[in-house]
Amino acid sequence: MISLATPLLNLVKDGEQSGTHEALGSEFIMHHILDHPLVHLELLGFDLSITKHVLMMWVASAILITLMAVAFRKPKMVPSGLANMLEFIITYLEAEVLKPYLGRDSRRYAPYLLTAFFFVLLCNLLGLVPGAATATGDISVTTGLALLTFLMVQGAGIRNHGLIGYAKGLIPPGLPVFILPIMIPVEIIGLLTKHVALAIRLFANMVAGHVVIFALLMIIFTFQSWAVGGITLAGILFVSLLEILIGFIQAYIFTILSSVFISMAVHQDH
Amino acid sequence: MTDLAYAFLAAGLGAGISVIGGALGVGKCANAAMDGIARQPEAAGDIRGAMIITAAMIEGVALLGLVICFLLAVKA
Repeated sequence: MISLATPLLNLVKDGEQSGTHEALGSEFIMHHILDHPLVHLELLGFDLSITKHVLMMWVASAILITLMAVAFRKPKMVPSGLANMLEFIITYLEAEVLKPYLGRDSRRYAPYLLTAFFFVLLCNLLGLVPGAATATGDISVTTGLALLTFLMVQGAGIRNHGLIGYAKGLIPPGLPVFILPIMIPVEIIGLLTKHVALAIRLFANMVAGHVVIFALLMIIFTFQSWAVGGITLAGILFVSLLEILIGFIQAYIFTILSSVFISMAVHQDH
Repeated sequence: MTDLAYAFLAAGLGAGISVIGGALGVGKCANAAMDGIARQPEAAGDIRGAMIITAAMIEGVALLGLVICFLLAVKA
């Protein structure tokens, strides 16, 4: 432990004396996790500045729109090339995520769920590009996505059962009347926690992975030796590959949980 | 010890304990998945899908605790 502290102290002393901008370890990590405004915009007292995460979301949207437009420009019965690869992913998602839970309603909710999957996937993968940031590593972005799922779920439930019918369907049938004052807040809270967990799961997975990568990078700068740098580089490579896998898995989890919540609102028989 | 030291200590201990809970949960899930696949190899695809989903959900809960510890370490 002491041998770990002295290189850090030397780093701080070198920084103070030579005036380098090599910050201390935690500052380096926090600088890459937090958001930076690029263009300041204020509207009616709301801070709407274009930050780095907003730019990353726009880049992901632009890539998605261009990819889909180019691939499906001339739809063919038997696709080839890019359209083939995208159709493989989409049919896999339809078979695993949409059909088992939504059944006949898969076509109606497929646009939102497939867009959510590809958007979350692209945002997760863009975070691994050097110089770019993870848009889904921001609690505001994941809260926005979970809010969209929440609105879709309520909309689906109200569309199928009507406003009163959906509200009545939340409470399990056959309960004594005096339990209702307890059941109603419990059901409402249960409605919200699922989506809050959706947001926090995506956010925590992305931030944790990137914090590990940045901490390993700081180890190289701390020890400043070739041997430690070489081994740590292998570790960083492994963790980056793991991050790609986790990006795919978290996008899949987000989509399948959104699909499950929508199906629970649509088929409300307990 | 100062209050700041207690806060950092709490963050470290909390992170370690929440990781124990997460690892135990995912381990039990994987154990059940292995048993299921060994019993019925033709259901391996379904079991693998279900295992990945449940593992990610259990890890989500463990990461909830980790996020709180991270906030504690950063704000302290």
